[in-house]
Amino acid sequence: MSWDDAVASSIVNEYKHLAGATLPILHALQENFGYVDKRAVPLIADALNMSKAEIFGAITFYHDFRHEPAGQTVVKLCRAEACQSMGCESLVEHLKNAHGVEINATTEDGRLTVETVYCLGNCALGPAALINGELVGRVDEDLLDAVCKGQSHDRMAG
Amino acid sequence: MSTSIKIYVPRDAAALSVGANRVATAIASEAKKRGQQVEIIRNGSRGMLWLEPLVEVETAKGRVAFGPVTPKDVASLFEANFLTAGAHPLNLGLTEEIPFFKNQERLTFARVGVIDPLSVDDYIAHGGFAGLKKAVTMTGAAIVQEVADSGLRGRGGAGFPTGIKWKTVLGAEADQKYIVCNADEGDSGTFADRMLMEGDPYTLIEGMAIAGVAVGATKGFIYLRSEYPHAYQTLLEAIRTARAARWLGPAIGGSSYAFDLEVRLGAGAYICGEETSLLESLEGKRAIVRAKPPLPALKGLFGKPTIVNNVMSLATIPWIMANGAKAYADFGMGRSRGTLPIQLAGNIKQGGLIEKAFGVSLREIIETYGGGTHSGRSFRAVQVGGPLGAYFPESLLDTPMDYEAMAAKKGLLGHGGMVIFDDTVDLAQQARFAFEFCAKESCGKCTPCRIGATRGVETMDKVIAGDTSKLALIDDLCHLMTDASLCAMGGLTPVPVMSAMTHFPDDFNRAPKRMTPENLAAE
Repeated sequence: MSWDDAVASSIVNEYKHLAGATLPILHALQENFGYVDKRAVPLIADALNMSKAEIFGAITFYHDFRHEPAGQTVVKLCRAEACQSMGCESLVEHLKNAHGVEINATTEDGRLTVETVYCLGNCALGPAALINGELVGRVDEDLLDAVCKGQSHDRMAG
Repeated sequence: MSTSIKIYVPRDAAALSVGANRVATAIASEAKKRGQQVEIIRNGSRGMLWLEPLVEVETAKGRVAFGPVTPKDVASLFEANFLTAGAHPLNLGLTEEIPFFKNQERLTFARVGVIDPLSVDDYIAHGGFAGLKKAVTMTGAAIVQEVADSGLRGRGGAGFPTGIKWKTVLGAEADQKYIVCNADEGDSGTFADRMLMEGDPYTLIEGMAIAGVAVGATKGFIYLRSEYPHAYQTLLEAIRTARAARWLGPAIGGSSYAFDLEVRLGAGAYICGEETSLLESLEGKRAIVRAKPPLPALKGLFGKPTIVNNVMSLATIPWIMANGAKAYADFGMGRSRGTLPIQLAGNIKQGGLIEKAFGVSLREIIETYGGGTHSGRSFRAVQVGGPLGAYFPESLLDTPMDYEAMAAKKGLLGHGGMVIFDDTVDLAQQARFAFEFCAKESCGKCTPCRIGATRGVETMDKVIAGDTSKLALIDDLCHLMTDASLCAMGGLTPVPVMSAMTHFPDDFNRAPKRMTPENLAAE
């Protein structure tokens, strides 16, 4: 759903009682809206009695929090050493060369976001990726081709 | 009407990543079609990850393994009477007789892959909560002494004696103390914490409760990395069910002790594996490393005395309490006592989790357990201990896995991860990546790490472009980062860089592939 200050406020209120509530609030906001809008900064700062600078600092420090909505499909591709040893960098090249899909960006039609992640803990079955929250091992060009075309693949879903 | 046969299909994220859910669904529907009564249990993984999805069938002789199973194999498995361990190309025999599994010393991982991870009853039936039951009858000092006598050292990587940390917190006077579990397992090539949390979460809960009883802490936090969504769901459910069974709450296990737990998610910052930055993050701030002293043991979370321990350290405590410090210390070598859950990963044929007593050689793990590279090409390097660990060549593979022995070879054991590379790897690129990773993940507090890493990337680019005179600068930069960084992030980034330069000099001295205008301008 698109950003809504009233909904955001109610989410903030739901979590503000927690000790060290900043990250739980930011996760809940991103879960709901797909990103954390800059309008969240004063809402959280007021609720937690922290400065706007501290909240802005937290949002920008952590890689997880997006500053704008993601695409319909989100691929988090692991590019750490274990997946490097299994050729993840050639997958990054393939996305660019075969599909014009840049890493750490959303396609212009808003369908696909591909992000770098460092380690998904699936290091014996690399290259690994989280595709819309589902962990996939032994990722190859064939599977990414299907994702880029918005097709299903027998190694995904369920 | 036939009796119900137990079938185990893992719910471990690695198994799911290669289709375990689809296999479980296929088995259920095929069994229904054939009117066969089956009970499908979603266990953790046995750690033989190249065989996932590994399906097990319970027989009178023990559990028989089939793997790797795809949904397409399911019909033929039923045809071959796999429910009575019938012959089939995927039949691997008794799970616990598979050499990879059989030749381990599984203490911390004793129940992982064996039990239903979310059944308190199953946990108790396999010896669970025996350690906690014993702990509540002991004084805090006696528990801490038991942990100290076991020789357990922090499994996160630093190898600091757990008993000493606990003793410091025990001795601190405060109205509130905390137990914090560092589950920010960010090192590439490691997944032991994840497997334990998904496969036997009550062990971690029990270990944290024992820590609470020992030092007088009533509240614990598990700081879990957000990259582990499956472990998160399992922990939430495990905490809920443990609370319902009164193993968490105001009177744990019917004792007079109170202890409760919360899971908190990180947000993609590698630095949060550093304990003081983790505490800052838990407090809701940017994860900037704190200067020590004060130690977290005296002034930790919200300024209170805090035990910060790795998942593996805490999950080993129940075994030590139940079986005694001496039984644990009888495993291992030198000052590395007990067992190490080793994670074999990267370009490896048979990757997975291998729990062994300290002292096993790198070679035995790679060759005997791993069976060589996945690509079939020759082995070239292994990075041991995550992104801050050294790259070792073949000539160092006889090094035993022991904290001191690895340090003597200018490497580290870290969290026990091993990433294998075949002969296509370019170690100059890996050295560059070490700096790049540090530049991206540095918290920014200290200059050697914040600036040094960025300068390292730039300088490595020049080296890779052919200017080997810059290697002296890399050497100098590495010494500076080692000596002057505030924490292990900047302080250990030189380890992969220097080891790559030392052991793989050819990769750094190559003539330039082509002198492009950009490369020339860079000089």
